[in-house]
Amino acid sequence: MSRTLAEKVWEAHVVRHGSGAEPDLLYIDLHLLHEVTSPQAFDGLRLAGRKLRRADLTIATEDHNVPTVDIDKPIADLVSRTQVDTLRRNCAEFGVRLHPMGDVEQGIVHVVGPQLGLTQPGMTVVCGDSHTSTHGAFGALAFGIGTSEVEHVMATQTLPLRPFKTMAITVDGELGPGVTAKDVILAVIAKIGTGGGQGYVLEYRGSAIEALSMEARMTVCNMSIEAGARAGMIAPDQTTFDYIEGRPHAPSGADWVAAVEYWKTLRTDDDATFSAEVHIDAAELTPFVTWGTNPGQGLPLGASVPDPESFTDEHERVAAEKALTYMGLEPGTPLRDIHVDTVFLGSCTNGRIEDLRAAADVLRGKHVAQGVRMLVVPGSMRVRAQAEREGLHEVFLDAGAEWRQAGCSMCLGMNPDQLAPGERSASTSNRNFEGRQGKGGRTHLVSPLVAAATAVRGTLSAPADLEN
Amino acid sequence: MDAFTTHTGVGVPLRRSNVDTDQIIPAVYLKRVTRTGFEDGLFAAWRGDEHFVLNLEPFKAGSVLVAGPDFGTGSSREHAVWALMDYGFRVVISSRFADIFRGNSGKQGLVAAQVDQQHVELLWKLLEAEPGTEVTVDLTDKTVRAKDLVAPFEIDDYTRWRLLEGLDDIALTLRHGDEIGRFEGNRQTWLPTTDPLQAV
Repeated sequence: MSRTLAEKVWEAHVVRHGSGAEPDLLYIDLHLLHEVTSPQAFDGLRLAGRKLRRADLTIATEDHNVPTVDIDKPIADLVSRTQVDTLRRNCAEFGVRLHPMGDVEQGIVHVVGPQLGLTQPGMTVVCGDSHTSTHGAFGALAFGIGTSEVEHVMATQTLPLRPFKTMAITVDGELGPGVTAKDVILAVIAKIGTGGGQGYVLEYRGSAIEALSMEARMTVCNMSIEAGARAGMIAPDQTTFDYIEGRPHAPSGADWVAAVEYWKTLRTDDDATFSAEVHIDAAELTPFVTWGTNPGQGLPLGASVPDPESFTDEHERVAAEKALTYMGLEPGTPLRDIHVDTVFLGSCTNGRIEDLRAAADVLRGKHVAQGVRMLVVPGSMRVRAQAEREGLHEVFLDAGAEWRQAGCSMCLGMNPDQLAPGERSASTSNRNFEGRQGKGGRTHLVSPLVAAATAVRGTLSAPADLEN
Repeated sequence: MDAFTTHTGVGVPLRRSNVDTDQIIPAVYLKRVTRTGFEDGLFAAWRGDEHFVLNLEPFKAGSVLVAGPDFGTGSSREHAVWALMDYGFRVVISSRFADIFRGNSGKQGLVAAQVDQQHVELLWKLLEAEPGTEVTVDLTDKTVRAKDLVAPFEIDDYTRWRLLEGLDDIALTLRHGDEIGRFEGNRQTWLPTTDPLQAV
């Protein structure tokens, strides 16, 4: 029977098929941990007297709570420090490999896994973090789970799950200059809505997706959750194999040959059918930004803040009204006229080396606008080191931006990097929810290129605007 | 997990769609390492507004939340479920739930009852017209009742069975330990492990 990519990976991991209403039991190849969603799971194991079944398929890093300056000092926030210390104690007790603050491999969990070569095609990858969908860029079935499920994976290395439906998101054609993976995914979310992907695994395909680099593919898959989908996937190809080859945990020698042979089978069969299909013409896409308080409330940069009355759906109209009140925006204002206070470049969405290079190319020889602060936060210490080898940090510093240590930083209001009430940001992160970047903070989601151009002009801008 | 068959409590109308888990509990409240005490973080930003529904009598004592579509979107934080339960909620009613939130609810014994939007609207009107109206959620026959209103709700059969029996998922899975072991014996040898690499 012909099958989709997601169905192939699913079937290869079924430990036992459920009968009737009972879910399948799915084996998990890689379990990523961080300090926020794991302490209660470790506690659960201890209380029940259970063991961690496969420490050798588990890895932890510190990311959500960590400060991005003064990392050689103890974390000032005592509650954050306790949470990080708890992870360290738990990892020591249960024998889990941990990359703590200051370690050369430390970073955001979804940046660290791929760069170590631990994320490979056809695997099942889970983490107590919804952006686990990032790893789907390799053709892995990767999804976020809650703490009860984290404990379940710790104890059994499996999860009881019902099969997901599959949706094809086909992006054909060529992306125009200045149009990036971030713009693609923001446009996808605006098209299908924040609930459009619920119950689905999204498979991104088409010539525009095939042309993307691995890092750009990760940006696309990362935000699948913002469309409500559990996971996003892209079929592995030569781009994928080239990225993995030679990484610390990649197979080598005869294993590499065998692995690639298997990975090449991980494609949706030509005559397989998806439960739903969406088509997007890459040539029509332009830089995309959000104006509201959910990632589906986005528009091309050339548009204006919408009038809530223009929404025919009652819920969308009310949501738009509430969003504009929170965001402090007037209908009809050109998006390019919106002034920002802060620009954040980083996160598991856009904190990789290519993102930093793209932004640095825009900033080189220019300066951040007066009154605007720009934070550049590499997704991992490896990304930071690579950027410094390339001299990118000097470009950022010369432009007046801050060059930080690795972590989740301003993506979520959990560490010292936060917006103040009313402060407005252009952010390369993934969520513009109310208060996401700090209580009362106002977030516009943008690509690294738009972030850099916005930093220079002080208003939402694309690099092309700098040439005028 | 405690078994759930039926629950009756004050219904709380929350006329908002896309209530994401950052609204249910902001990240700043996620720093605790315990599993209890998250009620102070529930809807923290909105509770600063004296007109917010949970600041009004008799909704303060509510235990059945009736929300707009796409409830629980965003972050996978199970703390959202803990915060709702720590506050006193046993049921959330919505016409559409985010997948991870629904899964987390089922693990903790919070009933995520999917009711069509038409009935959600009727419930909102009823609860606003007569604040303090009690809502009964019966998991055995999958109905929501309030005054004369009777609405069916959807919940997947497996979760329903587990909730009715109060069963622990991990214990259920561990019954299949042999099958897990057999599966592990057949895994491809090239698959990566996280064992630290030896320096070459």
